[in-house]
Amino acid sequence: MSDNRTKVVLLACGSFNPITNMHLRMFELARDHLEDTGQYMVVKGIISPVCDGYKKKGLIEACHRLEMARLATENSGWITVDSWEGVQPEWVETAKVVRHHYEELLATEIDDDVDTVKYVKKRRIEENFEGSANHNRRDGVRLMLLCGADVLESFGIPNMWKPEDIVEIVGSHGMVCITRSGNNPHKFIHESDVLWKYRKNIHVVHEWVTNDISATHVRRALRRCRSVRYLLPDGVVCYIREHGLYSAESEQKNADVILAPLQRYSRASSS
Amino acid sequence: MATRRVPLVLLACGSFNPITNQHMRLFELARDHMHSTGQYQVVGGIVSPVSDGYGKQGLVLAKHRIAMAKLALQSSNWVTVDEWESQQPDWTETVVTMRYHYGRILKEYEQNSETHYDSNGNIAPLSGPSPRLKLLCGADFLDTFKIPGLWRDDHVEELVECFGLVCVSRGRLQPERAVHESDMLNSHRQNIFLVREWVRNETSATEVRRALRRGLSVKYLIPDSVIEYIQRHNLYTEDSERRNEGTVLRPLIKQAHTPVKSLDD
Repeated sequence: MSDNRTKVVLLACGSFNPITNMHLRMFELARDHLEDTGQYMVVKGIISPVCDGYKKKGLIEACHRLEMARLATENSGWITVDSWEGVQPEWVETAKVVRHHYEELLATEIDDDVDTVKYVKKRRIEENFEGSANHNRRDGVRLMLLCGADVLESFGIPNMWKPEDIVEIVGSHGMVCITRSGNNPHKFIHESDVLWKYRKNIHVVHEWVTNDISATHVRRALRRCRSVRYLLPDGVVCYIREHGLYSAESEQKNADVILAPLQRYSRASSS
Repeated sequence: MATRRVPLVLLACGSFNPITNQHMRLFELARDHMHSTGQYQVVGGIVSPVSDGYGKQGLVLAKHRIAMAKLALQSSNWVTVDEWESQQPDWTETVVTMRYHYGRILKEYEQNSETHYDSNGNIAPLSGPSPRLKLLCGADFLDTFKIPGLWRDDHVEELVECFGLVCVSRGRLQPERAVHESDMLNSHRQNIFLVREWVRNETSATEVRRALRRGLSVKYLIPDSVIEYIQRHNLYTEDSERRNEGTVLRPLIKQAHTPVKSLDD
């Protein structure tokens, strides 16, 4: 019996400072939601921690954040960590990260068995680049950006995103947004012409049971020597303890620095 | 001279149907809180799953709930699972379970401490404060005192007066209000420790069972070992959720003859 479902790879970009059970839950919720529609088969999840050049306050070194993410996904059969973005010297726009991973996907063909990777002929790769219409071929693998609804709403923050990048992400690829308490993603989509145009590519997943383990809260608890056990995987808790990560000092990193996207885009708009 | 901290053991009673990360968080939060008062040294935690006789809807066999709790707590070096309550022939009142564990803890403490004799040859008091046992619970627990017939008044009094509660807040629940609105609880408020959980984590065993019934993932809500156990034994189906449907909760029957006074006076 042939499977007509579209294969999907979920890509989550973010600080992962540190990774928490909530981040991991997002993948599980997204997979359940997409597969429940009967149209999709989620074959892989990718965690892509942002590079240090992002300059977010309190962001510790990428090498630690990558290692913690690896420890956290040790016991997952389908979620992996990718370091391409994390090791870049300068901050890379999310659209570029999506593009990079999509190109990698096209270069390899993912079989039903995730562990079996076959290399397709060069001809097939050329076929796929013939136009963005092919991005929506039902038999091709789709790459979707996985995020919280707060990321969707960050599209509205001036100088945070390039308009063409937003179009590329929602138009050519797709998004899976997990709603957090206090967000109203449907309203936000409705109020944006661009998002509304590509609303079929934006999958909103309602998290009925709030699991709001923010990394900010975790860092605060750690600063105050409080337990974070059962909020993060045990391996990550141990790693943090062994390396003495997350102190009052580490939280002050980049305190007087402007976030990379804001710096880059405000410079561009003022020139 | 610095006061010695009181050794403290935390006891959590409940269905643990199944045990979740949130249950284990309660212990972590409570320990941190009690340490920060400067008065206590938390020396142990006990998970005591209720017996099958409780008659709650959807309750799977105690042997499974115990096994899952043991798997979940394998990696903990201070919290353990105790089967005494689950092995009793009938449902056991919380206070009775507490008395049992307190007796055990005290005995162990006395056996481990040396007895001293003073200059007159009399036994001098044991050095250091003796251990205490407090009930660990979620904020919703305080509201159950109001349910007619669920608790004996003298038990509630013994619970807050002789033992004490460590109550972890959840979501929008305000345990301070429950304490304030009851004269009994209010008069023992120094023995009711309210712990604030700032993370909005509404994971509940009910939600976990719902997800499992629908074939949805519960990974990262409960330990992997517990997920495997549930899958292996095919627990938590539509059928299992209907268990005890229509049955009256055992405490309501057992305590039906005792006069019930409202706590709101």
